[in-house]
Amino acid sequence: MGFRYDHHHGAGAYICGEETALLESLEGKKGMPRLKPPFPANVGLYGCPTTVNNVESIAVVPDIMRRGAAWFASIGRPNNTGTKIFCISGHVNNPCNVEEAMGIPLRELLERHAGGVRGGWGNLLAVIPGGSSMPLIPASQCVPLPMDFDGTREVKSALGTAAVIVMDKSTDIVRAIARISYFYKHESCGQCTPCREGMGWMWRVLMRMAEGRAHKREIDMLMDVTQQIEGHTICAFGDGAAWPVQGLLRHFRHEIERRIDEYAANPHPEPVRAAAE
Amino acid sequence: MTKIIVDGAEVDVPPEYTLLQACEAAGAEIPRFCFHERLSIAGNCRMCLVELVGSPKPVASCAWAVRDCRPGPKGEPPEVKTRTPMVRKAREGVMEFLLINHPLDCPICDQGGECDLQDQAMAYGVDSSRFKENKRAVEDKYLGALVKTSMNRCIQCTRCVRFATEVAGVPELGAIGRGEDMEITTYLEQAMVSELQGNVVDLCPVGALTSKPYAFAARPWELTNTESIDVTDAVGCAIRVDTRGREVMRVLPRINEDVNEEWISDKTRHQIDGLRVQRLDEPYVRQGGRLRPATWSEAFHAIAAKLRATRRERIGAIAGDLAAVEEMFALKDLLVRLGSTNFDCRQDGTALDPRWGRSSYLFNATIPGIDEADGLMIIGSNPRKEAPVLNARIRKRWRTGALKIGVIGERADLTYDYAYLGAGPETLARFAEHPPARLSRQIWLVGQGALARPDGAAVLSAVARAAVSTGALTDGWNGFSVLHTAAARVGGLDIGFVPGDSGLTAAAMASGGVDVLFLLGADEIEVESRAFVIYIGTHGDRGAQRADVILPGAAYTEKSGIYVNTEGRVQMGDRAAFPPGNAREDWAILRALSEAIGAKLPYDSLAQLRAALFKAFPHLARIGAIMPGNPDDVRKVAMRGGAMEKAPFRSPIDDFYLTNPIARASAVMAECSALAERAAATAAE
Repeated sequence: MGFRYDHHHGAGAYICGEETALLESLEGKKGMPRLKPPFPANVGLYGCPTTVNNVESIAVVPDIMRRGAAWFASIGRPNNTGTKIFCISGHVNNPCNVEEAMGIPLRELLERHAGGVRGGWGNLLAVIPGGSSMPLIPASQCVPLPMDFDGTREVKSALGTAAVIVMDKSTDIVRAIARISYFYKHESCGQCTPCREGMGWMWRVLMRMAEGRAHKREIDMLMDVTQQIEGHTICAFGDGAAWPVQGLLRHFRHEIERRIDEYAANPHPEPVRAAAE
Repeated sequence: MTKIIVDGAEVDVPPEYTLLQACEAAGAEIPRFCFHERLSIAGNCRMCLVELVGSPKPVASCAWAVRDCRPGPKGEPPEVKTRTPMVRKAREGVMEFLLINHPLDCPICDQGGECDLQDQAMAYGVDSSRFKENKRAVEDKYLGALVKTSMNRCIQCTRCVRFATEVAGVPELGAIGRGEDMEITTYLEQAMVSELQGNVVDLCPVGALTSKPYAFAARPWELTNTESIDVTDAVGCAIRVDTRGREVMRVLPRINEDVNEEWISDKTRHQIDGLRVQRLDEPYVRQGGRLRPATWSEAFHAIAAKLRATRRERIGAIAGDLAAVEEMFALKDLLVRLGSTNFDCRQDGTALDPRWGRSSYLFNATIPGIDEADGLMIIGSNPRKEAPVLNARIRKRWRTGALKIGVIGERADLTYDYAYLGAGPETLARFAEHPPARLSRQIWLVGQGALARPDGAAVLSAVARAAVSTGALTDGWNGFSVLHTAAARVGGLDIGFVPGDSGLTAAAMASGGVDVLFLLGADEIEVESRAFVIYIGTHGDRGAQRADVILPGAAYTEKSGIYVNTEGRVQMGDRAAFPPGNAREDWAILRALSEAIGAKLPYDSLAQLRAALFKAFPHLARIGAIMPGNPDDVRKVAMRGGAMEKAPFRSPIDDFYLTNPIARASAVMAECSALAERAAATAAE
């Protein structure tokens, strides 16, 4: 069976990884997600039926073909079968990219492949299990954490892309999430209102919170803002930007409140450090 | 038809309906910013979110079709809810996001009082803001002489971008940047070069794009709205004239699906500042070579004296392009009473004659007919300049892919692709014996550029012959279509304002055929120096400068009048303001003059005049309707034949912005004209 293979470079926009924004971008237009329905399987690239797949999905096909579906399905837990490529980054001794069975416990994953958390497991602060768009999981909920769809969902996160971001106790967690927020503000395509307007709002509030320059009532307000974005946008970008903030507010509210108290005790007129870096 | 439940009530709607349309059919009101009936769906404002039972998230009702909804588990119709707390919360959230970066400058915003955002904030906004950061600041953009920008107010709904790209056909507006840095602009901030750009002001749901000439002039609640008809071209767009006191403040489109949908050209919208300047507000009489102000009776006496000394066949009248049917009827009546048959409404000398039948001078295919056409041949016309709104209609049809277009005449950017077939009569002659085309609804559009020339009658016949032989005339379809450029023309032809037997044409009268010449707002014709010219009109334009007696008349906004558009559609405009100073409505001037010269017209009021008019021409009483012509007239015209010259066809309009005395008096139109010239010069480089 012959086929034609074309390779096309993207120009680097995060949103162009979204299924329909990718098609727009391929067509030479601005990378803005399309309205669905119609889905790409009906109306895709240049209006033709199109299947959009991640490279990871394509890459496992040969092995499934060679060894059979039953073999692939036997890996992992029921409902969470097969393998997954984990991309482990952050405060581990040996950041790496590794294909592992679904459902491997987080600690085992980190210690077997990434050389463990920097400074030992006890030094762990939090983990983002599925790329920057997923809610973080505090260290207290990281054991046992089967790294699959159901396992991460049980701790109100999600497996997402399985890009595991490990943060040890040296991390300024509010600032880290603010940095993620900055990224989403920068990468929002600007097409629909909640995302376009909400990203900057979240980022700016978080920047202030990182220094404690906020009111405690703003924590609930920020949660409300994330929920106003979530589910109201054309694509999942809005959700992905809202969730990490929700994760922060859910698990590190005490940290934000502590900083607010600290600043209130010792206010100063210096401007908020605006740059994300 | 598909059943759908909206807020508990079942409605039956076509499956291609969007949820928004279905909800409206069920009587539920859906707020929206980006959605517009005549533009493509963007779905980006998220204001129209509704709850679709079974869907975890609210869906944008403007973008979700009824056929995309799944039925319930037991096969019950899909259910939409528009008033649940979830929907309300979603819309309030979107409204808050729209407002956080929207400036609080409603008191100084021209959109105030007619702003979608303002209105919907009343329903979905909250009283105070939770947003404590700095608001976004966006630099204002230069878009030309007509559209003023205040980009801080922009909510990125992209209606303007979609209008420019889809309807106007000039993809000049666009969004640059992304995220919260997204800005609407033109490429390098050049002025827009569309004749329809003023419509983006109407489309803008907020005050980001407002009318530059109207800036800070009035508030909507101070204005009196009068429904009227546009006279800048022969399309007869439905307009609303907004006045404050005596002054016309602005002109907006009204919706008329059969004519202009909801667009109007920039000339229609913005020539109105010309109504304030260069006006003739008292009679003038030429004395010792100079015009001096006079009273009405002085002016009438001067005319009566001159008429007494003139033989009746040396009296003539030419009607201009902006005249209403009533005054042309009265003027013709007056001339007939004076014993003259020298009257003509065709000051450009176009070869159209009511004696050849009404079908020979109408746009028989009609404007709604363009939406059904599958072939269009444009001969000697540039519809983009002669009738921009009609051109947008052609473009709309062309965008569906179902319309093939050919052009014989000048090559021009018409905003759609066409096959260029040739420049003049030789190309047209090739179609005379053409086998029937495989198209069922063709339009042969012939413009004044092909008819207002010495061989115009032969060209008209050749076009009719081509239309007949290619099969543009079928049962129930008459594709032979004349595009006029003057609002008064079809009305004038309808009432027979053309020379009677042995009467003189406009050109013959203007070049010395008569000794006394009435010009009813006729400014597009040069009158030689010997004739005694009585000018009845509004502006100190060419006709007034040449005149020996000036009788100041009323502009189209200052009188109630009937106009017949290029399709033959009879439309009536209402009076929105009063003529300035001592100026009077034209029919009343003619009535008063008739008494002074001893040829009294038998009507004392406009109602009586109209009664006489309708008695003579019953079809003019049917306002809004078209009395179709007889297609056999076209076949007869086709048989007339005649020799065509070799000269190529040229569009009669060189400068779109300066085609009538009002526009020539307008400073805004002058600026637009200069900008367009500069843009053309830049494009040529």
